[in-house]
Amino acid sequence: MTDLERTRERSPVPKDWTYAPAPEARDIVHIEERYGHFVGGEWVEPAETYSTISPASEEPLAQVGQATAEEVTGAVDAARDAFENGWSDISPSERAKYLFRIARILQERSREFAVLESLNGGKPIKESRDVDLPLSAAHFFYYAGWADKLEYAFPNRRPRPIGVAGQIIPWNFPLLMLAWKIAPALAAGNTVVLKPAETTPLSALLFCDVVRQAELPPGVVNIVTGDGRTGTAIVKAGVDKIAFTGSTEVGKAIQRELAGTGKRLTLELGGKAANIIFDDAALDQAVEGIINGIYFNQGHVCCAGSRLLVQESIYEPVVEKLKRRLATLRVGDPLDKNTDVGAINSRQQLEKIQELVASGEEEGAEIYQPPCRLPEKGYWFAPTVFTNVAQSYRIAQEEIFGPVLSILTFRTPEEAVEKANNTPYGLSAGVWTEKGSRILWMAERLRAGVIWANTYNRFDPSSPFGGYKESGFGREGGRHGLEPYLDFS
Amino acid sequence: MAQAPALPRGFELPLEPRLPRIGSVDAVALEERAASLAKRSIKREAKVFALELAIRMMDLTTLEGQDTPGKIAALASKAIRPDPSDPNIPSVAALCVYPNLVPTAVARVEGTGVKVASVATAFPSGQSPLEAKLDEVRWVVEHGADEVDMVIDRGAFLSGRYAKVYDEIVRVKEACGDAHLKVILEVSELGTYDNVRRASLLAIAAGADFIKTSTGKLPGAATLPVTLCMLEAIRDVYEETGRMVGMKPAGGIRQAKQSVQYLVQLHETLGVDWLTPDLYRIGASSLLNDVLMQLRKERTGAYQSADYFTID
Repeated sequence: MTDLERTRERSPVPKDWTYAPAPEARDIVHIEERYGHFVGGEWVEPAETYSTISPASEEPLAQVGQATAEEVTGAVDAARDAFENGWSDISPSERAKYLFRIARILQERSREFAVLESLNGGKPIKESRDVDLPLSAAHFFYYAGWADKLEYAFPNRRPRPIGVAGQIIPWNFPLLMLAWKIAPALAAGNTVVLKPAETTPLSALLFCDVVRQAELPPGVVNIVTGDGRTGTAIVKAGVDKIAFTGSTEVGKAIQRELAGTGKRLTLELGGKAANIIFDDAALDQAVEGIINGIYFNQGHVCCAGSRLLVQESIYEPVVEKLKRRLATLRVGDPLDKNTDVGAINSRQQLEKIQELVASGEEEGAEIYQPPCRLPEKGYWFAPTVFTNVAQSYRIAQEEIFGPVLSILTFRTPEEAVEKANNTPYGLSAGVWTEKGSRILWMAERLRAGVIWANTYNRFDPSSPFGGYKESGFGREGGRHGLEPYLDFS
Repeated sequence: MAQAPALPRGFELPLEPRLPRIGSVDAVALEERAASLAKRSIKREAKVFALELAIRMMDLTTLEGQDTPGKIAALASKAIRPDPSDPNIPSVAALCVYPNLVPTAVARVEGTGVKVASVATAFPSGQSPLEAKLDEVRWVVEHGADEVDMVIDRGAFLSGRYAKVYDEIVRVKEACGDAHLKVILEVSELGTYDNVRRASLLAIAAGADFIKTSTGKLPGAATLPVTLCMLEAIRDVYEETGRMVGMKPAGGIRQAKQSVQYLVQLHETLGVDWLTPDLYRIGASSLLNDVLMQLRKERTGAYQSADYFTID
């Protein structure tokens, strides 16, 4: 062998590099066998219970209460009592103090909450650790800052608390949605009765421990658990306001129920957001944005970028890059630190996703799923991309709320706007372009509550969030987020 | 001799086969992606795999005015057998030295599989006449260097004379003959990721076998985001033309943990095909001992004092 041949000899290439499991320790969080309702600062033994599970393994985690109308009334009475006898009168800076305490305790106990959130909800630990928990704490910090500045937030309008707020939250970001609801309500001087989603009650129940640790006066925060029947009971109970985040269907039912009662209402409902990629966008980063837009939290995000609108001139490279990137997504154990896509939250949701995906195939769209091995137990769905999608297909119209992306194309900015707005929803949109002027042009025309430019699914407590049209009304976050919890005179 | 096409801004290079469009890079999103990849948790056998690979990909480097044949001899021994107490530890990929020390290095590593890389073309500034640069390249190749690490003319690049930069790389590549050419962009002088991407594509178009981040002579050398930016350029070239270009981050990689982060980024950007010293190198002068220390910890379960690893 000559020297030249030796230098040209190829080194062996490994077949693969399998990452060893890197599970987050589960024993940091203690789960009780059975939980009651948290009313007036005490645990109340529930009349009826059901089992809450881990969607990744179907393993039962605890028995939790199914609150009856009477139990809900008890919680509302406790909230009313706390509101009238103390909470609405204490000095605003005192209220701020409690909120600051809660924020700090959440930070201190963030690992514990993150593990519980992933265990009960199925989301990857890296998301609950890096997104849900920091944002939840940030929300409390942010509204703590407003508590003693309401007069300045709304000059000459004399803001007053409205009373008892009934709050019903979804299962996709259990603790974060709790923070979005409770922080502004308390900062404004209200008391709350909150119901976490049927499938993800545990982080809200652990939050009761934080409430006690912060020595919040009893009855200011009350947590009742249960399914839709409990939600209905809250809507019908003697509350002054309902704040609901969830499906459009339920939102409409609540609005019908409340019509004429004088109770105030804010709704944050579904979405079918367009994520719009122009041909001058930074493509590799746009692809990351697409991935983050639809596979973040298994697509269980009301503002998910579930409709991808790609300018036709870059359609092929974008789809190619997207498929390549899809193959590197790691689907599996939510508690593994390297997991990118976790478990579907419930069997019911999985069936809904399966049904809609089947309809997409039937209607003629082309499906792509990367090769990935899904665990046998639990609820799983592989990251999915549909090409050849027509605007009229159900997968382009209906909210799937799962890791399923529909790709459509457009030719001009006008067409992009037209297609993006052609939906009953209007929660969010994404625009990817290097041109600043085009971002502003698009933002003026897109009918959506949040428009992200060259990023997606980015949240900040100071930034208001909410929808147009069937995506609901009312804003959460920012100064705007205080208004639904205040009366003005 | 090849003449450089003028680079029309923002469009494809008029070359066959077509190179990818230059496009642009979003700094915020690039840095976010690099940061999220750096959070991968690599444990046990996956970590041992990465650490051994890092050694096999290492260009063990010394580029000092005080380099002597004695220093090169010591480093060559280290390169061939990094841990005398553990015969399973592989040799590094190459020894990277200044031109004057090439003959010594070649004599020391001959027959061991460890290659000799020489910096050239008026390293680190590149501010010399082209003929002088070419002479230097021919000299190191004649004296047995397997690989040449050249620097681009950043002065020309930043003043928009892309053709000059391109021509120079083409000429150096010719002068290299069979030796592999690594083109150093010196990213910290380029200022933006857009420039890094443009320079990467320019160097690849001109014939680079590898593109390399830095000379190691400036603060702010290799970073995860800038390396990702270059890997994405390499990926685009591969997808457009099928040509596989190598990558070498250099400068500032001192800890085993960093080397694992770089390899995770490589793995998840270009795939398993690039996990070979033929297509990826890590330029480092002080990384090796930390990698050895981590490997021994994985083997024995305990960290050992730095005194158990040779300083060369």
